[in-house]
Amino acid sequence: MNNAVVVEGLVKRFGENTALGGVDLTVSEGTVLGLLGPNGAGKTTVVRILSTLLRPDGGRAEVNGLDVVTQAGQVRATIGLTGQYAAVDEYLTGRENLEMVGRLYRLSGKESRTRAGELLERFDLVDAAGRPAKTYSGGMRRRLDIAASLIARPRVLFLDEPTTGLDPRSRLGMWEFIADLVHDGTTILLTTQYLEEADRLADRMVVIDRGRVIARGTADELKAQVGGERLELTVRTAEQLAAVGEALRPLAHGEPQADPQTRRLSVPVTGGTDTLAEALRRLSGVRAEILDIGLRRPDLDDVFLTLTGHSAEDAQPAAETTEHDTVSAGAPR
Amino acid sequence: MTTLAETVSDSIVITRRNLIKVKRVPDLIVAATLSPIMFVVLFRYVFGGAIELPDGITYAEFLLPGIFAQTVIFGSTITGASLADDMQKGLIDRFRSLPMSRSAVLIGRTVADLGLNAFSIMVMAVTGLLVGWRINSSIAEAIGGFLILLVFAYAISWLMALVGLLVRTPEVVNNASFIVIFPLTFVANTFVPLESFPTALRRFAEWNPVSTVTQASRELFGNIPASAPEPAAWSLQNPVLYTLLWAVAILAVFIPLSVRAYLRSTR
Ligand SMILES: Nc1ncnc2c1ncn2[C@@H]1O[C@H](COP(=O)(O)OP(=O)(O)O)[C@@H](O)[C@H]1O
Ligand SMILES: [Mg+2]
Repeated sequence: MNNAVVVEGLVKRFGENTALGGVDLTVSEGTVLGLLGPNGAGKTTVVRILSTLLRPDGGRAEVNGLDVVTQAGQVRATIGLTGQYAAVDEYLTGRENLEMVGRLYRLSGKESRTRAGELLERFDLVDAAGRPAKTYSGGMRRRLDIAASLIARPRVLFLDEPTTGLDPRSRLGMWEFIADLVHDGTTILLTTQYLEEADRLADRMVVIDRGRVIARGTADELKAQVGGERLELTVRTAEQLAAVGEALRPLAHGEPQADPQTRRLSVPVTGGTDTLAEALRRLSGVRAEILDIGLRRPDLDDVFLTLTGHSAEDAQPAAETTEHDTVSAGAPR
Repeated sequence: MTTLAETVSDSIVITRRNLIKVKRVPDLIVAATLSPIMFVVLFRYVFGGAIELPDGITYAEFLLPGIFAQTVIFGSTITGASLADDMQKGLIDRFRSLPMSRSAVLIGRTVADLGLNAFSIMVMAVTGLLVGWRINSSIAEAIGGFLILLVFAYAISWLMALVGLLVRTPEVVNNASFIVIFPLTFVANTFVPLESFPTALRRFAEWNPVSTVTQASRELFGNIPASAPEPAAWSLQNPVLYTLLWAVAILAVFIPLSVRAYLRSTR
C-alpha cells in the first residue's frame, strides 16, 4: 500500500522553543493515523506543516507524493484541513460558507452548489443551511468546518482535535461522521488528546510528547508495550487470598499480586478468555467466595502514564509562556 | 502558478463574501455613514460662521471635500480591522490552506472596502448638497474629484492591511489607527484654511497628503474661488500629481509587504 503522508525528521523551532525535534511518521492510503499527545506536544505544528501553513526548519514532508515546501500549491489542491478552532465565516450562512470554499478550490459554481447540498445533508445541517453560522452551536460549527474541508473531495484530510470542546453527545456524533469518511476511503491524519478517541477511530497511532515520538503502533501493540492482560479478582475475606493465589499459580506469567486491604488479587496472564475459563474451573475446587472476577487489558491511559510518566490529561506543555499557549489554555475543553 | 484570470475570480469570491457581511451587519455601514453626516452638520452649523474664508465661497463648499477625505481615510482602516478579525477567527489559515490565489484575500478585502468608501462618499455628497455644498465644475472633473479620493483611500487600505496582519487584534488596529490618523486629518486644510496655522504646523500641513487630496478634490469640484491666492507649496499647486505620487508609492511599498505578511502569518 502507498503512503499518502510521509514525514521524515521534521524539525520546527519557535525562537528558543523546539516544537518538533525530529518527527517521523507515515500514513498509508485509506487509513487513519491518530497523532496523540498532550497539550503542547506539537500535534498542531505537524498538521500546520503538512497543510503548508508553516515551513519546517528541518526534515522533509510529503503529502500525496508532493513536497509540502517546494510543491505547496499542488499539495493544497489535494488536501482538506480542519483546524483546531472552527474556521467558518460567522456572517455567511452554512451554505454560503461551503459554496465559497468550493469556488476557492476552483470548483465551478454549479459543482460547488451540488457539493454544498450533499455535504449539508451528510452533516445534518440542512435545516440550518440558510442561517448565518454565527447562530450555530459549537458542534454544528465543527461539522460545517469539516464539511468545508471536504468540498473538493480531498484525498487526505487533516483533522486537528475535531472533538475538543464538544459535549459528549456531539462527540459521539462526530465519531460517526469520521468513521463514515474512513469508510469512503479518505486518508485521515487525526490529532487528539483523547485516548478513547484514537482507540476508536485510528488504525495506527503515533504518540508524541514535547516534539518527539515516544511510541507508535496499533492500539494493541501500544497496550502490549505497557504490559499484557491481567486476571483480577476480589474475594470475601483476606484470608482466602492465599488459597486462591495457589490455585491460579499454574496460569500466572509472573508473580501474582495480592492486596489484603481491598481483598483483590491480580495475576499476569496470557490467553484471554480461555484462561479465564480455565481459572474459573480451577477455582471451583477452592474453598473461597469469589465476589468478582475479570480480565483487564491496559487502556491507552495506562500506555500514556507508562510512556511519559504523566497522564495525558494533566500533562503540561514544555513551555507555557508563548501567546499560542495562552490561546490553547483558554479554549474550552 | 495561478493565472491572472484565477486571481480575478478568487478575488471576486472574497469581495462578495466581505460585502455579504456588510449586508448582514448593517450597523457597520450605519456607523460608517452616520459619523460623517454628523461631521458635515456639526462643522457646517457650529464652526461655519467662525472660520474665515476667501471671498466667493461658502463654508459648506470648503468643508465637504475635507470631510470626504477624512471619511474615506477612516473608511480604509476597516481593511486592517477586518483582516485582524479574520486572522483571530482562523479564517486566514483556512484561506491559506486552499489552492487559491495568494493575493486574492487581500485584493478582495481592499476592493470591498473601496466599495464601502464609494457608498459613504455618496451618502455624504447627498447630505452636503442638502446643507449647501455645490459642484461647480464639469461632470468629468467632478468624477475626477471622487476618483482621486477613492484612489488615495485605496492605497491607505493596503497600508492598513499590513497593520491588520501584523497587529492581529481588531480593537488595537482601530485604536492605533485613530491615534495616528485623527491628528493627520486635522493638521491639514480639511476643516480650516492653512492661513490660520502657526508656521511649523503649516509647513507640515502643506505637505500632508491629506491636505493635497482635499485640495485636489476641491479643485476638481470647483470649490476653490477664482479670487483665492495661489498656494505657496508645490504640493498644493499640483495637488493631483502630488497625491497620485503618494498613492503609487504607498501601493508599491505596501502591496508586496502585505502579501508577504499574509503568506507568513501564523496564528
Ligand atoms: N506560532 C507559534 N509561536 C510560538 N510558539 C508556538 C507557535 N505554535 C506553537 N508553538 C509552541 O510549539 C509547541 C507545540 O505546540 P502545538 O503544536 O500547538 O501543540 P499541540 O497542538 O500538541 O497542543 C508548544 O510549546 C507551543 O507553545
Ligand atoms: Mg493543538
